[in-house]
Amino acid sequence: MGGFLLRRIGQGLLVVIGVTLIVFIATRMVGDPVRVMLPLSATDEQRAAFAQQVGLDRPMGEQFVDFVGDLARLDFGESMWQRRPALDVVLERLPNTLKLIGAGLGLAILLALPLGAIAALRPGGWIDRTTVFVGLFGLSLPQFWFGLILIVFFAVTLRWLPTSGMGGMAYYILPAVTLAMPSLARLVMLVRSSMIDELNQQYVKTARAKGLRFPRVVMVHAMRNTLVPFVTLAGWELISALAGYTVVVETVFAWPGLGLTAMQAIQKSDLFLLQAIVFTVAILIVVINVALDVVYKLIDPRIRLA
Amino acid sequence: MSVSAISSSAPLLEVDNLKVEFDTRRGLVQGLRGVTLSIGRGETLGVVGESGSGKSVTAQAVMGLIDMPGRIASGDIRWKGRSLFGRDGERYAQDIRGKEVAMVFQDPMTSLNPVLKIGTQIGEVLERHLGMTRAQARNRAEELLAAVGISAPRRRLDQHPHEFSGGMRQRVMIAMAIACEPQLLIADEPTTALDVTIQAQILELLAQLQETLGLSVILITHDLGVVAGLCHRVAVMYAGQIIETGLAEDVFERPAHPYTQGLLRSTPRLDEVSDRLVSIEGTPPNLVVPPEGCSFQQRCPLSGEACRKAPRLEHIRPDAEAACWKPSVPAWATPLMSPSMPS
Amino acid sequence: MAIPMPATRPVVATPKAQRGPAFLSRLDELGRELWQDKLGTLGFAVIVALLLMAIFAPLIAPYDPAAQSVISRLKPPAWLPKGSWEHILGTDHLGRDVLSRVIYGARASLLVGVVVVLAAGTFGVVLGLWAGFKGGRTDSVIMRIVDVQVAFPGLLLILLVISVIGPSMTTMIIVLAITNWMVYARVVRGIVLSVRQMPYVEAAEMIGCRTSRVIFRHILPNLISPLLTLGILEFTNIVLAEAALSFLGLGVQPPATSWGLDVANGRDYIFVAWWLITFPGMSIAITVLAVNLFASWVRVTTDPQEREKRFAYQRAKAAARRGRKAGAGPASQNQGGRS
Repeated sequence: MGGFLLRRIGQGLLVVIGVTLIVFIATRMVGDPVRVMLPLSATDEQRAAFAQQVGLDRPMGEQFVDFVGDLARLDFGESMWQRRPALDVVLERLPNTLKLIGAGLGLAILLALPLGAIAALRPGGWIDRTTVFVGLFGLSLPQFWFGLILIVFFAVTLRWLPTSGMGGMAYYILPAVTLAMPSLARLVMLVRSSMIDELNQQYVKTARAKGLRFPRVVMVHAMRNTLVPFVTLAGWELISALAGYTVVVETVFAWPGLGLTAMQAIQKSDLFLLQAIVFTVAILIVVINVALDVVYKLIDPRIRLA
Repeated sequence: MSVSAISSSAPLLEVDNLKVEFDTRRGLVQGLRGVTLSIGRGETLGVVGESGSGKSVTAQAVMGLIDMPGRIASGDIRWKGRSLFGRDGERYAQDIRGKEVAMVFQDPMTSLNPVLKIGTQIGEVLERHLGMTRAQARNRAEELLAAVGISAPRRRLDQHPHEFSGGMRQRVMIAMAIACEPQLLIADEPTTALDVTIQAQILELLAQLQETLGLSVILITHDLGVVAGLCHRVAVMYAGQIIETGLAEDVFERPAHPYTQGLLRSTPRLDEVSDRLVSIEGTPPNLVVPPEGCSFQQRCPLSGEACRKAPRLEHIRPDAEAACWKPSVPAWATPLMSPSMPS
Repeated sequence: MAIPMPATRPVVATPKAQRGPAFLSRLDELGRELWQDKLGTLGFAVIVALLLMAIFAPLIAPYDPAAQSVISRLKPPAWLPKGSWEHILGTDHLGRDVLSRVIYGARASLLVGVVVVLAAGTFGVVLGLWAGFKGGRTDSVIMRIVDVQVAFPGLLLILLVISVIGPSMTTMIIVLAITNWMVYARVVRGIVLSVRQMPYVEAAEMIGCRTSRVIFRHILPNLISPLLTLGILEFTNIVLAEAALSFLGLGVQPPATSWGLDVANGRDYIFVAWWLITFPGMSIAITVLAVNLFASWVRVTTDPQEREKRFAYQRAKAAARRGRKAGAGPASQNQGGRS
């Protein structure tokens, strides 16, 4: 167990180092942060003063050491837009994103298992074909467009739900459904194909030959095995949602989470805030990856953590 | 004990003119082409034949495991005289499968559910058929593991299949099969996937259980030696049909069908020195378009005009049948039993 | 997806003629199989139509997609009151013709999709082959890179990089290619490792086949089917990613057109002009759906087992229909259901 965790944390460290390098190279060497962050009308003196203020006039090596040192102290600098430490802004917005992901992915996970399993019972039957088609359809809709269509229909035309922003339960419905849609489609397809596979496995024949009743064969024997790839994919969905896939949904619904903040930071040329968001999410993903490995172990006894 | 006397009383299991088809892209494969067999109490029937001859399909049909693209085209399977087909039959079948008739499969590596504990997998049969509580089932499962020769059974209950070796898994499979003290055990090549030394142990276990529990056993194998050691009767299958059946020792001493003769002839023997292995020339027929007449005629040295018509299983002795127009004629020149070289 | 087909005679394998006709007959057989999967055929037809539309956009489009016209702003589609046949799908807030923009928009989507899949695919496949064949340290270094990069906060990093470098179609293509190669490497390496252990490859190596022969004759054929399916599915992901980035303003930049960009432009007018977001959005959805439908046919067809199953289901259903037509029919007990 210890060895495994160490290896995982080591890999997480590599991830953070990789992100650090990419951000540094992109922001300091490829791009010019002074140009990005100051308005076009700024004079050369203003630019020089700004560069000196944030230390961008020094040699690259020195800058890099400073950059890494600041990161290690979780000092991401000051958000130019909000005029306060970037980390504060991030920590204030992060819970909103987590709530959105919780609602959306929770919905997808809860629906995917029964829908996929029912479709798998009769492969090629009408329920199965409908599920596959609707699933493919769900995968094919661009998320931002789906969200806008939901707004037009449920918020503008029917006036049942609020168009955007964050508030009571009603505010969650449209963003959560929008976020859930592609994940749900992927998860349903996975559950379906995995269940079809599992139901053709030899151990299912054994279970049937034991005279076990059909629900037990499906719900206990096949489903328990389907959970293994299911948890893997659900974990991937969680991570890719965090990795930025909420940006689109948050932008469409003006949901005050990290994704919307990232877009605002880009518009306001607030590079430090954007950096802070990227690093926070990177660290969060590393932590979640370790947690997921422990969950895999619980689900699949064949995996050894040591 | 007199085998024929037992088997002539009401049989446990009757398979009656069973036909199974597989609908594939290459065409309709006729997997079983009218198989009839029965087995009585306490009897051991060996079913032998090449792969694809329909041995396993027969067993799977009994256990209700024929799936798409296969289907049972016609015929009947009866357990204690009651059909397992039709609406009532299927309900009946569900109650006796796993309880009165149980099956052990070929590959112990894939036959156990990889993510469930051994104790759960044995216990669920007991809960299903004998209405035991979880605790009762657990105690009984421990006894069963001990009965099939697994040490430290209590600890083993909480382990998963990947923590067992192949032979041990097959023991678990057997424990699961005998959990409800069935009357018939179908063993489909139970030792094929195992090491030779383990094979002997598993067969010994089966023989011992048969004796202590008074089990009937259908042993499906391609290993004639196994049949000779364990079975009262033997049925030889070829191309989806039974082509010879009789008492095991008779069939081995005096094989009537040329295919049986060829099969025996091609079995390597330890007590003989032979410079090469012999085989039956040719391959089994394509079951999409089965040959007219005898299905063995293309490979049979005796084949002649008569073989254009399909032979039926007919008595060649009181307790032996063969489907051949020229039964009991030596088909191959090499004498069967005598060594080809002085040893 | 299995569509019932009229019961045909079982096809009995006949000895194949020479190479040329055999290839043609295989193509013919494939065509026939595709035809039986109506949704797959539909997908294929839509893909061909989209390709033609993108290539011949200047010939098909009624207007220049960038031509503005102040007098005909926000005109609804032709079939609505106030609509006119001059602008079949209406016009946007600058008076640009929506239909023409939709036609031209196909170019951005398909171009980005194809280029990114080819670039990322080539890179990933090469690295995957290298890792799978070299094994040892090479393998573990490459796979470690894959693991690490997969755990990056992907889209956020993309946003950061694009916003620093400055958004453009080229930037987008490069960034998407760099962030999407890992899956190919993983798949290829996995297949190479498992195929190399197959008895037939061991046998080929043992009897002294040259390495190149082993790779081309024995290993590459195993890669084609999964890579084909993977490439097609990745294509849909890239098309959606392009649309999303353009929607966020970090992809295709005006005056060029892209469906995602047009949805973003129409967003401010959803209360008054629903058609501005509807048609470009539908175009993305139809494109991706068509590719997905075709991909699911390809996946089944290139997998011999799946192909066999599909055939069986079609036959079973045809049989069931015949059975229903003939009334109760002969008592054929089917134990197919899992009892």
